[in-house]
Amino acid sequence: MPEITYLEAIREALFEEMDRDPNVFMIGEDIGGFGGAFKVTEGLQAKFGDARVIDSPISEIGIVGAAAGAAHMGMRPVVEMQFIDFIANAYDMLTNYVATARYRAFLPTPMVVRGPSGGYVRGGPFHSQNPEAGFIHTPGLKVVYPSTAADAKGLMKAAIRDDDCVLFFEHKYLYRRIKGEMPSGDVVVPIGKARIAREGTDLSIITYAATVYKALEAAEQLEREDGLHVEVLDLRTLAPLDDDAIFATVKKTNRVLIVHEDTRTGGIAGELTARISESCFEWLDAPILRVTAHDVPLPYAPSLEDFVLPQTPDIVLAARRLAAY
Amino acid sequence: MGGSAKSRGAERTGVRGARPAAERDSGGAAGLTRKQRLELYYWMRLTRSLEERLVNLYRQTRVVGGLFHSLGQEADAVGSAYALQRGDILSPLIRNLGSMLVKGATPVEILKQYMARGDSPTRGRELNIHFGDTERGFIGQISPLGDMVPVMAGVTLSFKMRGEARVGLVYVGDGATSTGAFHEGINFAAVQRCPLVVVIENNGYAYSTPTVKQSLVKQFADKAIGYGIPGETADGNDVVATYEATKRAVDRARRGEGTSIVELMTFRRKGHAEHDNQSYVPPGELERWAAENDPIDRYVARLSSEGVPTDELQAIDARIQREIDEATDAAEASGVPQPLDALTGIYADPPSERPLWFREGGAAVVQSSERPSSWGTFDAPAKGAD
Repeated sequence: MPEITYLEAIREALFEEMDRDPNVFMIGEDIGGFGGAFKVTEGLQAKFGDARVIDSPISEIGIVGAAAGAAHMGMRPVVEMQFIDFIANAYDMLTNYVATARYRAFLPTPMVVRGPSGGYVRGGPFHSQNPEAGFIHTPGLKVVYPSTAADAKGLMKAAIRDDDCVLFFEHKYLYRRIKGEMPSGDVVVPIGKARIAREGTDLSIITYAATVYKALEAAEQLEREDGLHVEVLDLRTLAPLDDDAIFATVKKTNRVLIVHEDTRTGGIAGELTARISESCFEWLDAPILRVTAHDVPLPYAPSLEDFVLPQTPDIVLAARRLAAY
Repeated sequence: MGGSAKSRGAERTGVRGARPAAERDSGGAAGLTRKQRLELYYWMRLTRSLEERLVNLYRQTRVVGGLFHSLGQEADAVGSAYALQRGDILSPLIRNLGSMLVKGATPVEILKQYMARGDSPTRGRELNIHFGDTERGFIGQISPLGDMVPVMAGVTLSFKMRGEARVGLVYVGDGATSTGAFHEGINFAAVQRCPLVVVIENNGYAYSTPTVKQSLVKQFADKAIGYGIPGETADGNDVVATYEATKRAVDRARRGEGTSIVELMTFRRKGHAEHDNQSYVPPGELERWAAENDPIDRYVARLSSEGVPTDELQAIDARIQREIDEATDAAEASGVPQPLDALTGIYADPPSERPLWFREGGAAVVQSSERPSSWGTFDAPAKGAD
């Protein structure tokens, strides 16, 4: 099997799901003939027509709301946010309307909102965000954020087949940098299951998305230079969190570093820390540490962005401090 | 598309007495049979009587939350919903109890909702008439206004995608026309040629804010021009005119001609909710609308002039009272929700959440039947209310 990119893996999933289920349709800005700002949806309209791959007005409230209405009627819409930063425009629709629909009105709302997320790309304040924490806080939504090409494909299939709304974060730094072999056949990666990206015994790094690769890089360096065996847990799904996998790695290594690209205050690392301290306090040999972005809007200049976002040397530094504790 | 919007603020359709008697005698231009015209009366009277019952229950503190009253707007709700067929779907507002009754909501469901019963349509999860049933053809609103416009754009998009000859209708008030969701939803529906009717109920107030502080347009139907779709203004206190105007838009939608706006002129004769004393309404306005432009009085006069005997209407009234009495008994006999049910159905999978450790065992530790005094009841009006 030839390797394909993370982006191509997502596109393959969209093609296969539209082929499989006539209720699946796409809606978003510039996704049709143009193929989307990053070309994720390239070729879909040519194959499935403009009634199933809908070029929408610039209207995040409109398309998320319309997706919800169509989903109530049995369709399975996949909405593209041109950049995930713009999901904030649809925050009300997602949190007040979509997330509550099943609970308050028994209305199924099977839909996916997907879009390019994250930094390290010199995108500046509105093309680099990681707004996942705001949605993880909302009961009724599921949030996935894959780091590998195979997971991107398998989780997209799971998201489209899920009977509730799934927010699908695609890291744009990984779109064309990461390649992987696809498993043969129709493989669905279950939502809610983390993945051990690297086995280790001395220290656990819990992370997701682009920082999985920074953590792996740091782990190699720590093995080489310090003889430390670092385990890396890739969460893959952020809501619901895989408590079993998180607690298992904590109990195995007794030292925990949480790394995310999102800003610090109110980020997922805080929630993970609370869960670990509530359930695994006796297993900890050191305080839980975090490496995250600084609490600032993400700046454009390379020297600024690199300073604000977590980098491999930051992870190495934090891991050494933990190991020495 | 474009340029076809017509606003008729001064020259509203179906104003009382404007129609020649010969037309009225055979059911008028609306093409309604005698049975249908009596149905319109039944739904309007049921709306009013049911809300009167709810007010009594509210004053006895048997309603858990606030109470919303559509007094004076029964015609616009009933007449517009009556223009739909089985299979069509509408999304009501808080003052569209009449629309929901026309689509098959029952008095006992409404009463159980207000009383927060365990077997209410939302099992005690949502308030008042915020509930729906896509089978019967209504989808409950949420409180952020305007949000249902994009949602109904999507519902009707699905009709179009599947080639179904179904129509959607969404109600918004004068206030919701100021929201981003209204604009995005209606524009999306227009561009996609969704079979959607957007009914703007212009009742003069959004909570305490008068229409002149919402918008500078003379008539909200004028907004249709900006979306390249047809718009029409009708007399919302004339049930037949409301029906006719809505029917024109519904028929267009069903023929594949896309989205329309229908503005219905009416007046909100009660406060935003029952606690609101309407101090912001100019003196005499409420009385004037009650005396001169009550939709049920107007319709009764019309039916009488068309030869419907008074005792026939009285028989309908008596039937409605019986139905409401039975519904009240049934609602009062039903139980409160079981606390653990609060943790079910957030997702299809997993089907329920686990209680937090300090609630394990699931016993309710709050006395849920007590009404917090801070809520502002009829008995204890908010400070400053007279």
